Amino acid sequence: MLRLRNLTRSFGARLLLDRLALDLAAGERVALLGRSGSGKTTLLRCLSGLDPLPEGCKLQAPGNLAMVFQEPRLLPWKPVWQNVALGLAGSDARMRAEAALAEVGLAGRAEDFPITLSGGEAQRVALARALVRGPSLLLMDEPFAAIDALTRLQMHGLMERLWQSHATTTLLVTHDVDEALTLADRALVLAEGRICLDLPIPLSRPREAGTQDFAVLRRRLLEALGVGDGEG
Amino acid sequence: MTAAPASPALRMNRLISPLVLLACWQAASSAGVLPARILTSPWAVLQAGWALAATGALGHHLLVSLARVVVGLAIGGSLGVAFALLAGLSRRGEAIIDAPLQMLRTLPFVGLVPLFILWFGIGETPKIALVALGSLFPIYLTLFGGIRGVDRKLVEAATIFGLGRFAIIRHVILPGALPAALVGLRYAMGIAWLSLVVAEQINAGAGIGYLIADARDFLRTDIIVVGLAMYALLGLAGDALVRVLERRVMRTRPGLIAS
Repeated sequence: MLRLRNLTRSFGARLLLDRLALDLAAGERVALLGRSGSGKTTLLRCLSGLDPLPEGCKLQAPGNLAMVFQEPRLLPWKPVWQNVALGLAGSDARMRAEAALAEVGLAGRAEDFPITLSGGEAQRVALARALVRGPSLLLMDEPFAAIDALTRLQMHGLMERLWQSHATTTLLVTHDVDEALTLADRALVLAEGRICLDLPIPLSRPREAGTQDFAVLRRRLLEALGVGDGEG
Repeated sequence: MTAAPASPALRMNRLISPLVLLACWQAASSAGVLPARILTSPWAVLQAGWALAATGALGHHLLVSLARVVVGLAIGGSLGVAFALLAGLSRRGEAIIDAPLQMLRTLPFVGLVPLFILWFGIGETPKIALVALGSLFPIYLTLFGGIRGVDRKLVEAATIFGLGRFAIIRHVILPGALPAALVGLRYAMGIAWLSLVVAEQINAGAGIGYLIADARDFLRTDIIVVGLAMYALLGLAGDALVRVLERRVMRTRPGLIAS
C-alpha cells in the first residue's frame, strides 16, 4: 500500500530524517510517535507531497490521499459544506459533503460558517473533508492535540466507528502514547532520524487504558521515547 | 475583539459637542463678531444651499464631481487590482512591477498637475487621471499585502485537496486578501476626493470645485461652505458604503474588527 525507502532530510547541519524506511499494509492503522522536533511532521509532509522528495528517495503511495492537520484549516469564508466539498467535482458534491458531515455527527450544520463551530466540531469538519473523497490513505498530523481531553475521547470513539465503515489505511502522527495505544494496530517511534521501535499492538477493541497488557505496551513506548520509567 | 455597539444615549451624547459648536458659530455671526466676508453664518449657508439646490445648479455640479470620482476610481482601482494580482501572485511579476510603483508612490502625485495639463490639456482627462493615479496606490499596496499575507496553511490544505493554481487563487487567496483590499478601497476613496479638490482647481467649468472657485471670485463665503459641505457629505457617503461591504465580508471571519 505504502512503501517508502531512503528518505533523508536535513536542516542545516542537523540530520532530521536518516535513510528512513516505512511500510504500511492496506487497511492498517499505524501511529507514529516521536518527541517534538523528531521529524514526524517533516515525514508526513514528504508523504503528502507538500514537500518535494529528496534525491535518492523512493516512494510508492496511492494517489488519492487525504490529510487532517493539527488545526482544522477551514476556509472561514465558505460554509461548512463547501469546505467539505472543496475540490470535489460533479453535481452531487453537496450530497456527498452532507453525507460525510452526517458521518461525523454534524448533519444540519452544512450551512453554518466555521466561525460558529467549536474546536472539536471544526476538527470533525476537517475529518469529513478528508473522508468525503474516499481516500486510500489518510494522513493525520496530531489531529486531536489541540482539543480538550473529553472531546478527544469522543473523537477516538468516532475514529473507531469511521474505521469500521471505511477501513482506510491511516498514518496517525501523535505525541500521545495513550492515543496511539487506543487507536493503532501498530506504533512506530521515530528517533535520531530512524524508526527505532516498531511495536504491534495486539489488544482487542474497544481498548481499555487500565489493563495490564496496555500498561506493558505503554511502558515500552515511553522507554523508546526516552521517558525514564514508564509510570510518568 | 469588537467594541460594543454604542447605546442610543451615548450616540446622542456624541451629537452634543458638534451642535454646541454650530450654535456658537451662529451666535458669533449674529452678534457681528464673525463678519460674513470671513465666514457666513450656518443659517445663511443653509439658505444658500437651498437656493442652489432649488435652481438645480447644486445637483448638476454634484453629479459632475461624482462622475469624475467614480470614473477615476474605477480606472485607478482596476489598474491597482491588476498590478497587485500580477505582483502578488508571482515573484517575477513582483520584480517587474513593485519597484517602479513604489518609486512613483513616493512622488506627491498632485505635483504632477502641471505635467498632466501639458499631456492631457485642461478638459476632463487630467482631472480623471489625477483621481485615478491617487487611488491606484492604496488599492495596489493593500491588495498586494493582503495576497502575500494569506495563511500558508490554508493554501497547503487546498493543495492537498487537489485544487489547482487558479482554483486556489479563486477560493483561497482572493477571499483571504479581500479584507485588506477593502481597507485599501476606503483609503482610495479618501484620496480620490482629495485629488478631485485639486483637479477641479484646473480650469473647471462645472463641478463642486468650480462652484467654490466661482464663489471665491464673488466673495460668497456661504456658497464656498456649501461646496465644502458637499465634499464632506460625498466622502462620508462613500466611506459608509465601503463599511457596509466590510461588515458583510467580516461577518464570517474570526479575529477581525469591522471598523
